[in-house]
Amino acid sequence: MKHCEGCNGCKIDDKLVKIVDKYRGVDGGIISALHEVQDTYGYISNISQKYLSKELNVPMSEIYGIITFYSRFSLTPKGKYNVQVCIGTACYVKGADKVLARFKEKLAIEEGKTTEDGKFSLEAVRCIGACGLAPAIVINEEVYGKVDDKKVDELIEKYSKM
Amino acid sequence: MDIDKLNKIKVEYSRIIQEKRIMVCSGTGCTSSKSDVLIKNIQKKLESTKSKNISVQKTGCFGFCAKGPIVVIDPDETFYELVKPEDASDIVDGVITGKVVERLLTKEKDKLIEKWHELNFYNKQERIALKNCGKINPEKIEEYIALDGYQALYKALHTSRDEVIDIVLNSGIRGRGGAGFPTGKKWKFAKEAQGNIKYVCCNADEGDPGAFMDRSILEGDPHSVLEAMAIAGYAIGATQGYIYVRAEYPIAVKRLNVAIEQATKLGLLGKNIFGKKFSFNIELRLGAGAFVCGEETALMNSIEGKRGEPRPRPPFPAIKGLFGKPTLLNNVETYANIPNIILKGSSWYNTIGTKNSTGTKVFALGGNINNVGLVEVPMGTTLREIVYDIGGGIPEGKKFKAAQMGGPSGGCVPTKYLDTPIDYDSLSEIGAMMGSGGLIVMDDSKCMVDIAKFFLEFTVDESCGKCTPCRIGTKRMLEILTRITEGKGKDGDIEKLERLASNIKGASLCGLGQTAPNPVLSTLRYFREEYEAHIYDKKCPSGVCKALTQVLINPEKCKKCGICAKNCPTNAIDGELGKVTYKINQDKCIKCGVCITKCPFKAISK
Amino acid sequence: MYRKKKMITLTIDSRAVTVPEGTTILEAARKIDIDIPTLCFLKEINEVGDCRMCLVEIEGVRGYKASCVYPVEEGLVVRTNTKGLIDTKRTILELLLSSHEKKCLTCVRSTNCRLQDLCRRFEIPDLEYEVEMPEADLDDSSECVVRNTAKCILCKRCVNVCKKVQGVAAISTMNRGFHAKVGVALDMGMRDSTCVGCGQCVIHCPVGALVEKSNVGQLREALADKNKIVIIQTAPAVRATIGEEFGMPIGTLVTGKMVAALRRIGFDKIFDTDLGADMTIMEEATEFIERLKSNSNLPMITSCSSGWITFAEKFYPELLSHLSSTKSPMEILGTLIKTYYAKKEGIDPKDIYSVALMPCSAKKAEIIRDELKLEGNIQAVDNVITTREMARMLKEANIDLASLNDEEYDNPLGEATGAGHIFGTTGGVMEAALRSVSYLLDGTEVKNVEFKQVRGTKAIKEATITIAGKEHKIAISQGLSNASILLNQIKDGTSPYSFIEVMTCPGGCINGGGQPIVDEYKASKIDVKGLRAKALYKADKKAKFRKSHENQSVQKIYSDFIGKPNGKVAHELLHTHYNKQEVYTEK
Ligand SMILES: Cc1cc2nc3c(=O)[nH]c(=O)nc-3n(C[C@H](O)[C@H](O)[C@H](O)COP(=O)(O)O)c2cc1C
Ligand code: SF4
Ligand code: SF4
Ligand code: SF4
Ligand code: SF4
Ligand code: SF4
Ligand code: SF4
Ligand code: SF4
Ligand code: SF4
Ligand code: FES
Ligand code: FES
Ligand code: FES
Repeated sequence: MKHCEGCNGCKIDDKLVKIVDKYRGVDGGIISALHEVQDTYGYISNISQKYLSKELNVPMSEIYGIITFYSRFSLTPKGKYNVQVCIGTACYVKGADKVLARFKEKLAIEEGKTTEDGKFSLEAVRCIGACGLAPAIVINEEVYGKVDDKKVDELIEKYSKM
Repeated sequence: MDIDKLNKIKVEYSRIIQEKRIMVCSGTGCTSSKSDVLIKNIQKKLESTKSKNISVQKTGCFGFCAKGPIVVIDPDETFYELVKPEDASDIVDGVITGKVVERLLTKEKDKLIEKWHELNFYNKQERIALKNCGKINPEKIEEYIALDGYQALYKALHTSRDEVIDIVLNSGIRGRGGAGFPTGKKWKFAKEAQGNIKYVCCNADEGDPGAFMDRSILEGDPHSVLEAMAIAGYAIGATQGYIYVRAEYPIAVKRLNVAIEQATKLGLLGKNIFGKKFSFNIELRLGAGAFVCGEETALMNSIEGKRGEPRPRPPFPAIKGLFGKPTLLNNVETYANIPNIILKGSSWYNTIGTKNSTGTKVFALGGNINNVGLVEVPMGTTLREIVYDIGGGIPEGKKFKAAQMGGPSGGCVPTKYLDTPIDYDSLSEIGAMMGSGGLIVMDDSKCMVDIAKFFLEFTVDESCGKCTPCRIGTKRMLEILTRITEGKGKDGDIEKLERLASNIKGASLCGLGQTAPNPVLSTLRYFREEYEAHIYDKKCPSGVCKALTQVLINPEKCKKCGICAKNCPTNAIDGELGKVTYKINQDKCIKCGVCITKCPFKAISK
Repeated sequence: MYRKKKMITLTIDSRAVTVPEGTTILEAARKIDIDIPTLCFLKEINEVGDCRMCLVEIEGVRGYKASCVYPVEEGLVVRTNTKGLIDTKRTILELLLSSHEKKCLTCVRSTNCRLQDLCRRFEIPDLEYEVEMPEADLDDSSECVVRNTAKCILCKRCVNVCKKVQGVAAISTMNRGFHAKVGVALDMGMRDSTCVGCGQCVIHCPVGALVEKSNVGQLREALADKNKIVIIQTAPAVRATIGEEFGMPIGTLVTGKMVAALRRIGFDKIFDTDLGADMTIMEEATEFIERLKSNSNLPMITSCSSGWITFAEKFYPELLSHLSSTKSPMEILGTLIKTYYAKKEGIDPKDIYSVALMPCSAKKAEIIRDELKLEGNIQAVDNVITTREMARMLKEANIDLASLNDEEYDNPLGEATGAGHIFGTTGGVMEAALRSVSYLLDGTEVKNVEFKQVRGTKAIKEATITIAGKEHKIAISQGLSNASILLNQIKDGTSPYSFIEVMTCPGGCINGGGQPIVDEYKASKIDVKGLRAKALYKADKKAKFRKSHENQSVQKIYSDFIGKPNGKVAHELLHTHYNKQEVYTEK
């Protein structure tokens, strides 16, 4: 199988080639491929989309439609630390809205945005399965439970230094 | 794999799991409170003490996550709560010397409880779906086998397909993922469907925010799901299974992968299982953050690599499902019950629960309740028993107001129905729903209009946008609710909500839209006066809706100590220390309530 | 194996109806003339159940069901008009309007809009919601089509037409929930996408969310400009459809009336694109003979459908050498106007404003192609006006086409043969070529001019013909997804054909993206494409000459000006070339 060599001077890196090769011919593999691209690069670039489209034979418009449908996929890079505040029911009843507000205030960004230094991005998510520890948040893969204002401040401080 | 080999593993590991074992929860909750470090510390300590015959094992969730990390010493079943990494040494010493570490025990009414099953939280439970959670190391297939694992598959493969389906049918089990459709019937349709390629799918998307039983099962007992899927595959004539699991559950995903690998290695999945002409493989597919993908047809579209938009039914998945082929889809908890049912028989299962809702149900108890966690109880248990006996009641001396059941599709159960036995039918009679078993308790500080709005925000966010009533209608309902909570409600708004609600329910394409108005309808049914207070009196009786709430200092009680002013995040409070009574500037106040909790003289209230 | 379908009887609004198994309730109802309102349904293309306007009540079934996707079952008892259903549908319409840019007075689809129609049918009152609108996305980057999501009801007919019929998938659904919209990948404009400008999405949109890019304004200016000689040519397919816009039945041929109307509106000369079509045949058939002789670049593929050219350049650049290098009839005529005619009349080509009345939106992009520029860097055609745009212009000029008497085209570019007329329907170009190819090869005249094998509605038609004693297989495709099947064969080296006709639009130009829009319900009752095609075949039958090479004016053009088909001058003026087009490139 001959690979797309990239057009207009765009370079396709080896990691992307590997991902795509894995899902060639897999029924419905595009979403799995997008997961891997998202996890590898932190977002799904236009070039990745074009490459996936060509190699997995899915029209560009549909790939874009898929990416914009699922909230895990993003079109722009996320911050180094992606803060996900759970606003699921269990957490909401335990004051998740206040946790979210605290993060917004302290990071001075809205949901879905990234701080200027590229360090933090903030997202509201619906349940991470740690309802027993409500209100819960996730920073990258790390789950934190029973979060209050104080803990928010501590966490921001801790990660700012990392 | 043949039965002798299976039994050999069983015998060998039954002995091993009877040895002294330190079982440490490594579910999502406990891992987040550092149980992983705890395990390492215990390991180190064990090595340094050179204690033989004592091991530390990772387990899945015990269900009592709020008290995590949890450690249980087997075979004595000593239960330690809120264990810290530093406690490792004492725990190991205790196991060696045979002494219990008292400070880690749970205290109930001044009494220290030693054993797992003696805790109030556990003693009313009956564990079938969760039976292995906490008892085995989920990353060792042999431990699952030691507790009768894969015996049901063996038995099923030596029973006719129709008989297998009859057992499931006669057990009376109904789907645990939502609507409660009889599982046996579904299997039967799938078996009868024409086609030589069929699929078995497992719905592990667990979308209801506040429910986490499926995660728990996958983390603590993944093989039970694999075994059940293989049994289903045999019964309906499928050779390929898919598990659609949320990407938000990395631990569950990892354990499933390990389990599939181990089962395949032992020949319990793959070609010619138990030497029979039956082959079955399982593949994982990850969700990508869309609640609607829990809906069966949307889930199939998502596996097929499309936007997760539901499809019209008919054709039903049993006839034309995944990749256009006959497909059986069940929920994780449904599957987790199956091996037990096959082994112990339908009449055993039949006796548990109520007539039309047999067996047990796992609830995720959350919200304003003392014992937050997963509880598995026989169908027909009352809400009061769950909330007060198992859940330990409402914290901070507050009163029970309602329980939200069935998540965003469900409704709330007010105080007057606390004694209703919980089963599929009585819940839907009172306007709630079993759903996947989310049970969020709310105390009297909660505003029901705000709660309804919260759920609608969820559905508006999660609507796929395919069909008109749900795409636009839920948004319009949310707009009306928002204006009510902002004090801009108008006469006629309630009627508008009701008309929209009933038309959205009737016209929407999938379950999401068809049930989206339920939280509004159910709060309107039981708490209509709260809506009216918002609209006509411009008051939020619970003091939750900020625009309708004022935080006020009672000048008679104020001792001019200034503490409130120091703590106010927006500098909304003025006064002079010891001289002028403090007063809140309402334009600046964001109703955060900090001052209320800080005032030593209880002079501030909403 | 063909199995006879089981017949199923059900009751709809107390009337029994019997239909074959697999029919939907909606179609069963239509069979007994119950017009259940629909917005999204498009038979075989868009059976999605999205809009929910077609809901019905089925006895014993919980909730309302979308009849457009519900297969009939024996003994079903269906109601289509209960109080509950009507209230629900009114709510759906209210909701649609609550997020719709309600500007009927200035909307080109007014009076031919399904949403407007249903709102009147259901007497939707003034709206009660105070509302947020979804973000609007107005995309006029394309030369052919304008997208306005503020008027979109998300029925997704366009998405599926573009994907299933055309295999282009330039537009798709994006985002979700309230923010869902139909858009282009990477949120780019249509111009940057794989769109080929065919306008099939436009004629299937039930509302005014997709419309042709209007060029009427420039035309008005030109007509008012005393220094311009404004010349119009009319495509084969327009004469068979423009009458519809004036209330005439589908399939009415109005050639003479159309010419009369155009004269009234002020065009200085009215020429016939069909003459260009005859010229196309002279060139293309000659080219075919040459390729047969040299056995190179076979199969040869026709090149007159402009959406197809863009498609080939965007999707199959490696096959461009298979395309005939002959310009489209419109471009040939436009070229002749600014060269042959201008020279003959002693006019400076720069003073000519050359207009083409076309059934097609893709042509709007064709005229600005660099490859088609004439000496002095001028365009052969300055403005393309679609059938619908012209009908609107005539109406604003108080011209009721239906009441006019027939008039004739102007000379010397107004004479055409039957072969030229049938260019407007699928198979027509091939048939026209077959009428001339043996004559051009060795002077043999075919006896029977009607090649019935290449006519009709089949997606891909095949025939075997004999040229100079040798048999050749030919194929005709309509709709670009069908073209892809033939193209993939060429790529795989398995194509058995020597000559292929590709038409972008299903049915050919009679169903082009610029043609009158027929409401879906009406279209389900009559064979729109068939009737329009019939009108062209009628014109062919009536024609004095039915083979392109018999066209007297064409013969004169060759002898006076061009010389030989495929000769030096022909190559300079009547042929072109193609280039790969990049898509989704960032600027
Ligand atoms: C919007 C929506 C979300 C759903 N989410 C889930 C889910 O997260 N998990 C689940 O098991 N079932 C979910 N369901 C129900 C499934 O569609 C399906 O009925 C169920 O998985 C069938 O399994 P069961 O018969 O074992 O319950 C959902 C349904 C709807 C309409
Ligand atoms: S009801 Fe909502 S989620 Fe379901 S198909 Fe319609 S828009 Fe999508
Ligand atoms: S804290 Fe209480 S007592 Fe002290 S100033 Fe504030 S209101 Fe007065
Ligand atoms: S409620 Fe919060 S913002 Fe308002 S006065 Fe008290 S502390 Fe300040
Ligand atoms: S699309 Fe239809 S309803 Fe909308 S403005 Fe145009 S004519 Fe009116
Ligand atoms: S239809 Fe009504 S709104 Fe439209 S122009 Fe006429 S009077 Fe005005
Ligand atoms: S004009 Fe044709 S190619 Fe372009 S979007 Fe519409 S249907 Fe697709
Ligand atoms: S643009 Fe037209 S055809 Fe396309 S979805 Fe919107 S309303 Fe339907
Ligand atoms: S078939 Fe006719 S109307 Fe359609 S794109 Fe081609 S030339 Fe235009
Ligand atoms: S609701 Fe927040 S983790 Fe489940
Ligand atoms: S995660 Fe440890 S008890 Fe639930
Ligand atoms: S849902 Fe049937 S026509 Fe739209």
